[in-house]
Amino acid sequence: MTVEKNDLDASTLERLTRTLTEWEQKELASFLAHQPETKEHYHTASRLPLKRVYTALDTNETPLEDIGLPGRYPFTRGPYPTMYRGRLWTMRQIAGFGTGADTNQRFKYLISQGQTGLSVDFDMPTLMGYDSDHAMSVGEVGREGVAIDVLDDMEALFNGIDLTEISVSMTINPSAWILFAMYIALAQSRGYDLHQLSGTIQNDILKEYIAQKEWVFPVRPSVRIVRDCITYGAENMRRYNPVNISGYHISEAGATAVQEAAFTMANAIAYIEEVVKAGVDVDAFAPRLSYYFVSQADFFEEIAKFRAVRRVYAKIMKKRFGATKPESMRLRFHSQTAAATLTKPQYTVNVVRTAFQALAAVLGGAQSLHTNGLDEAFAIPTEEAMTLALRTQQVIADESNVASVIDPLGGSYYVESLTAQMEQEIFKILEQVEAMGGTLKAIEDGWFQKEIADSAYEFARRKASGERVVIGVNKYVEPDEKLEVDVHPYDPATERRQIENLQRVRQKRDQQRVTALLEQLKQVARDESANIMPITIELMQARATMGDIIETLKTVWGTYRETPVI
Amino acid sequence: MSERNENPQHRDAIIRVLIAKVGLDGHDRGVKIVARCLRDAGMDVIYTGLHRTPEEVVSTAIQEDVDVLGVSLLSGAHMTIFPRLIALLRESDAADILLVGGGVMPDEDVAALKELGVAEILLQDTPPDAIVETVRRVVRARGPRSAH
Repeated sequence: MTVEKNDLDASTLERLTRTLTEWEQKELASFLAHQPETKEHYHTASRLPLKRVYTALDTNETPLEDIGLPGRYPFTRGPYPTMYRGRLWTMRQIAGFGTGADTNQRFKYLISQGQTGLSVDFDMPTLMGYDSDHAMSVGEVGREGVAIDVLDDMEALFNGIDLTEISVSMTINPSAWILFAMYIALAQSRGYDLHQLSGTIQNDILKEYIAQKEWVFPVRPSVRIVRDCITYGAENMRRYNPVNISGYHISEAGATAVQEAAFTMANAIAYIEEVVKAGVDVDAFAPRLSYYFVSQADFFEEIAKFRAVRRVYAKIMKKRFGATKPESMRLRFHSQTAAATLTKPQYTVNVVRTAFQALAAVLGGAQSLHTNGLDEAFAIPTEEAMTLALRTQQVIADESNVASVIDPLGGSYYVESLTAQMEQEIFKILEQVEAMGGTLKAIEDGWFQKEIADSAYEFARRKASGERVVIGVNKYVEPDEKLEVDVHPYDPATERRQIENLQRVRQKRDQQRVTALLEQLKQVARDESANIMPITIELMQARATMGDIIETLKTVWGTYRETPVI
Repeated sequence: MSERNENPQHRDAIIRVLIAKVGLDGHDRGVKIVARCLRDAGMDVIYTGLHRTPEEVVSTAIQEDVDVLGVSLLSGAHMTIFPRLIALLRESDAADILLVGGGVMPDEDVAALKELGVAEILLQDTPPDAIVETVRRVVRARGPRSAH
């Protein structure tokens, strides 16, 4: 690859180099002589080495076109030409607990407080495709998210909320297409035009095998389901994101920022290849692919990560997949502050951590943002904690004035240099994955999993040694701290209420129709080229439960079991 | 997946640990770090992998003749699953296998679980050395296991 140079002419370059050398020999040298720096080496959290100061010499290798302008290829400075001046990021606090009716109350409260998008967190049985009355669900129904088994639950969840007015994001993966079908069935019953619906299902199964570890079926049929959602969405739901390719969980599992970005791109490549293989034109579906990244503690590294990943993606879409529409090349992402950085000791400090992380996401150009609650090292957040987290975003949006200028750090010698460095590191990892035989092969070999475990272990060691500072945990510890915090209560009657509702629906439905449709589902599952969405929507209308569908498909596809590595 | 330390001279002193994930949650960052720390400290460590049932892990703990059964849980279902594990260990006449829990849970639940017979709970941000020390301490406090 030929590197185009920046526009500095030879004499300017020489003058800059001379000035820097002079400064090093004069001001710097005499200063260091009587006051050395506190550390010998400085690094980002991803262990990229950091210089003392950056100058125009450090960005000279980056072509000016790579920095570019917002809303124009390669989108380093943002996906849209007006960014927050036209429309602020969506303030999307995730919520979910108890039954559909319980969470519906929280949604209405958050909307009344100025939240501009909804985001649903499901309980573990729903995430894993078990009905609430399955033996594996005991103790987990409605605990860490909302319990959804059947269409009636979703009706209760969105009762009184106009789904053509607000976008809804659903954090769900191996069972995502069922919730997607449920959402569609609900929209149809309300008489909405599907093209009016905007929202997102996470539906990113590959990062499950890599990091979050929620799965049901083996890798290949699981990727086919994702393909089916993407192609269904491309035809029927112009404003809906049928997949949200996610780095967040990869980071939370222990990956560095570079790994997070690179592994997410590797997964994106695998999905796009799968859909293209099914004969769909890349420009027909790529504009609806959406992304999700953590906003971690290392402020500038995170900003550089967001900028770098936009550039990497644009280049992949254009050069590798031959996309021609700008919408196919611009990466749009949701961001969430980093839950793993929250501490139990001195937990109010979490508000400060979250504010910095949120600011990094905004300076990095996020399209939507969730800020964590200060009490999330204890349990799922209380209403008060969520309100404060939302207010944190509102302070950034309305008081700090950072949203008035697009990509305000663009052109910073440091940020541009770090952006370019991260871009190179991301492409290096992508080449490595390619050489191993691609993403699916690397997952099946456990390569990503091992890489993440190594990074997590190193990080834990650095934290234990004090090299990685965590206030309240390994520095400024208050040994006598008395923790007083009111945590979100779990209603012990949830499980019983949910199961009663579920059994009532099962009794009322036309069982013969459900059984016949489940037979059809098996046929569709066996036919690789068929799309699983239409039959699933029909099943939802007939009041089939999530468990009916998952258990039926287990008989066709089997289940996935990971070879544990430590 | 078993990383045995086969030095026969030290066999009696080597602590055997089964590390397990029970229930539906897949958060395995912590459990893998714990497993590596204990292994690096010279213990015999076996890891079950994800999504196991209480019955499966108790039966593996007995078969593998471990000193400590470490169960990680970040799903919030600890007040359901730990009492079940304690009951299963007692029913199987294996109450001398020490149950150590790990995960995110409120202090009052930690106290309640210890009352029920969980030997120790390791919460988030426990440093690696403290993890190793805790396991050694509970094994020391129990003394040698009765023959099975």
